[in-house]
Amino acid sequence: MILLETKQLSKSFGDTHAVDHVDLQVAAGEVLALIGSNGAGKTTLVNLISGLIPLDSGALLFEGADITAASVHHKIELGIARSFQLVNLFDKLTALDNVALTIFSREGKTRRLLSLADHDSVVRREALDILESFGLAPKAQAIAGGLSQGERKLLDVAVAYALRPKLLFLDEPTSGVSTREKAPIMDIITTVVRSHHITAVIIEHDMDVVFTYCPRVVAMHQGRILADGTPDEIRRNEQVTANLLGTQEPA
Amino acid sequence: MSDIVAPRRVVAWSAAVLIALALLPFIVPAYQTVLLSYGLIFAIAALGFNLLLGYTGLLSFGHSAYFGVGAYAVAFVVKYARIDSMEVFLLAGIAGSALVAALFGVLCVRYTRIFFGILTMALSQVLWSLAFKFFWVTGGSDGLRVPTPTLLGGLVRMPTGASEDKLGFLSHHYYYYVLALFALAVALMWVIVHSPFGKALQAIRDNETRAEFVGVQVWHYRWVAFLISGIYTGLAGALWVPLNGLTTPDILHWTFSGKIVFFTVLGGFQTFFGPIVGAVIFNYLETYAVGNTVYWQMVLGVVLVVLVLALPAGIVGTALRLWPRSRKVAVS
Amino acid sequence: MDILLIHLLNALLYASVLFLIAGGLSLIYGVMRIVNLAHGNLYAFGAYVTAWAIGRIIGAGPEASIALYALLPVGALAAGALGAVIEPTLLRPLYNRAEEYQLLITFGLLLILEDLMRLLWGPYPLSVSALYEALGSLHIGESIYPTYNLLVIVIGGVAAAGIWAFVYRTQFGVVLRATSQNMRMASALGVNVNRVYVEAFSLGCFMAGLGGAVVVPQQGAVLGMGVDALILAFVVVVIGGLGSLEGALVGALLVGIVRELGITFFPEIELAVLYLMAAIVLLIRPAGLFGRA
Repeated sequence: MILLETKQLSKSFGDTHAVDHVDLQVAAGEVLALIGSNGAGKTTLVNLISGLIPLDSGALLFEGADITAASVHHKIELGIARSFQLVNLFDKLTALDNVALTIFSREGKTRRLLSLADHDSVVRREALDILESFGLAPKAQAIAGGLSQGERKLLDVAVAYALRPKLLFLDEPTSGVSTREKAPIMDIITTVVRSHHITAVIIEHDMDVVFTYCPRVVAMHQGRILADGTPDEIRRNEQVTANLLGTQEPA
Repeated sequence: MSDIVAPRRVVAWSAAVLIALALLPFIVPAYQTVLLSYGLIFAIAALGFNLLLGYTGLLSFGHSAYFGVGAYAVAFVVKYARIDSMEVFLLAGIAGSALVAALFGVLCVRYTRIFFGILTMALSQVLWSLAFKFFWVTGGSDGLRVPTPTLLGGLVRMPTGASEDKLGFLSHHYYYYVLALFALAVALMWVIVHSPFGKALQAIRDNETRAEFVGVQVWHYRWVAFLISGIYTGLAGALWVPLNGLTTPDILHWTFSGKIVFFTVLGGFQTFFGPIVGAVIFNYLETYAVGNTVYWQMVLGVVLVVLVLALPAGIVGTALRLWPRSRKVAVS
Repeated sequence: MDILLIHLLNALLYASVLFLIAGGLSLIYGVMRIVNLAHGNLYAFGAYVTAWAIGRIIGAGPEASIALYALLPVGALAAGALGAVIEPTLLRPLYNRAEEYQLLITFGLLLILEDLMRLLWGPYPLSVSALYEALGSLHIGESIYPTYNLLVIVIGGVAAAGIWAFVYRTQFGVVLRATSQNMRMASALGVNVNRVYVEAFSLGCFMAGLGGAVVVPQQGAVLGMGVDALILAFVVVVIGGLGSLEGALVGALLVGIVRELGITFFPEIELAVLYLMAAIVLLIRPAGLFGRA
């Protein structure tokens, strides 16, 4: 079943075609990597789909329905969530509160102003469980701003995951993290994603990560999709190797 | 936000403070009790103001608007309806400030930072100039008088005639009324900022984009916070005017907004109790220092500059950092 | 027909002064992303310094000599100098901190300057109306129009042209624009950002001070003029867009015209009309006509 479909999606900044008539289909349950050199349009594409920036032209379909004009709020309700390349957390709140707040929002409970947040044991339990699956349970009471970079990246994903999305966009989940930590982080993320049948689109620069964890790879270049296939097919694709792989991080 | 201690200790400390405050009229002269009433009233305004600043990240320079609307609403009730019931005063003050806050909020909450600050300032200046323009309604620069009200639906009233004792009434009956409302206001605000709604506000403060992307509709929540903030400040205005006996356009002027900003920052806007402490201390500062210098604004300005450069956490915030025990407790 | 011309001149007069104040505000924001809440007080400071300087000379020597007009820039220079002191001491320490602190400190500055002017020059207005009348008036058709007003309009026009030339035609202007677009890049290319900031801030304050200086012969210096000016400047940048000099110019012209129309037809609600206009712009196009979103 096709979960997400973009049709001729386009966005320009002045003369630059950041995203140039992109047609992409994502099937339910897929885990795909979005690769490309800097400026290829990967993040812009995710920004367009998630609603951070408005699109110039094209259409967006989710579960068959047209969501081109849908608000960010509506997209979240439909089940689209994202994490951010530059970590975006609620820095003065605890890790637990970061996740709990997301759950409150998801459940529509953020409207409640006469009950204490900490007393909602259902939400608290779920938040702790999520932190647990991301290996962050020991840091539940730590202030998000004080966590290590790796922990912050994981928390960023955990927050997006707490929305229980159907489609999850992860923007460079291992960037800025030491090589040692990359595999454990990706292990956690892919375990969580697979066990809950979440469709995931992962923007990545590290080709090792891409080829290890993502059965499907979509390569972008100058706003267009250059190639789309399995890791092996991509590795053998000459255009991709010429334009992209030379500029990627070495293994 | 770092709050002082875990709930049980908060309750214990608060109870102790409340008891001390309740005993005050028996310990200190009437004048001191009335002075503290003013402090508690400003503290209510500060609590409201800080819901926006400390918890939602919005710095308003126009909160005098709601204080003034609260006070003038009471004055209008006296002038046009000839009612002197404190409960009606409170209703009028809350209703009036809610209306104005709702309206101003719609305009202001789409913006942050600078625009928000100047916009709130400009709007309150508009009200201030209206108070002069419509002088036949508002009494212009002379203002409007407000007599001592009856409390609890007329059950408690100041005896008139030979046994009239305004100071006695204000320092006992009215003081307990203010104290009770102060306690309620503090308790209610505590719950609000620790509620899921309160967490949403803090999320918006910390990261507006992420808040949007976890499904929190930022404008809407800011607007509600703005509304609650305005109501608290309006309540303070309504409590203030019977004590003061008179309301004038001064309390609508931006300089009054500045005082609210000042005492909140003085106490520490990153804590729950900071603004309360700041308001009470400021009240004493203003009372005892204003007689010493005409250049009161400059003093305020200098202290504010020093606070920002050297003591950004304010009095309570800095005290918390120096108090070793508070580090053990989870901060939220 | 002359009436129309007079109205137009009045609008331009108002617009000239507004452009100086709002332009300064926008320039500072454009380069440094700072809004100085005390900006209006620099306008007031310029006015007071000018009024005081001219007053002293008039008191000491000949009556309103036209040469005294040369003193008008004194206020502007004083404001610019004050700006050069303010930026490194009060603003620079806060660049890495949350924006609330910037607003708080400039608010503190506003309070300080208000009382500083009261301290230095007393609570009563200073006026140099003799200077205003000294230039006499021109005949426009059958009406009379003060020549001084035309001088202000000319100054406003010259200032606008001068600032434009400065920003777009000089070396300093290039550096200014580069720093405003990308501070880090400019710094990496060797630009002394600290110096650029202090110079930009001084320039903005200079403009505000000049606005105050030119206004003095016509309306004197009075306490409270600072905050009134700030709010008006705010209306202008809301309409024109914060950070844009063209926006400040267009905004100032629009406000000048609308105010003139407002005074003529609805004298009671003069300010309200301006606020209404600002409110409408805020609702329809929040970034202003020329602003960055």
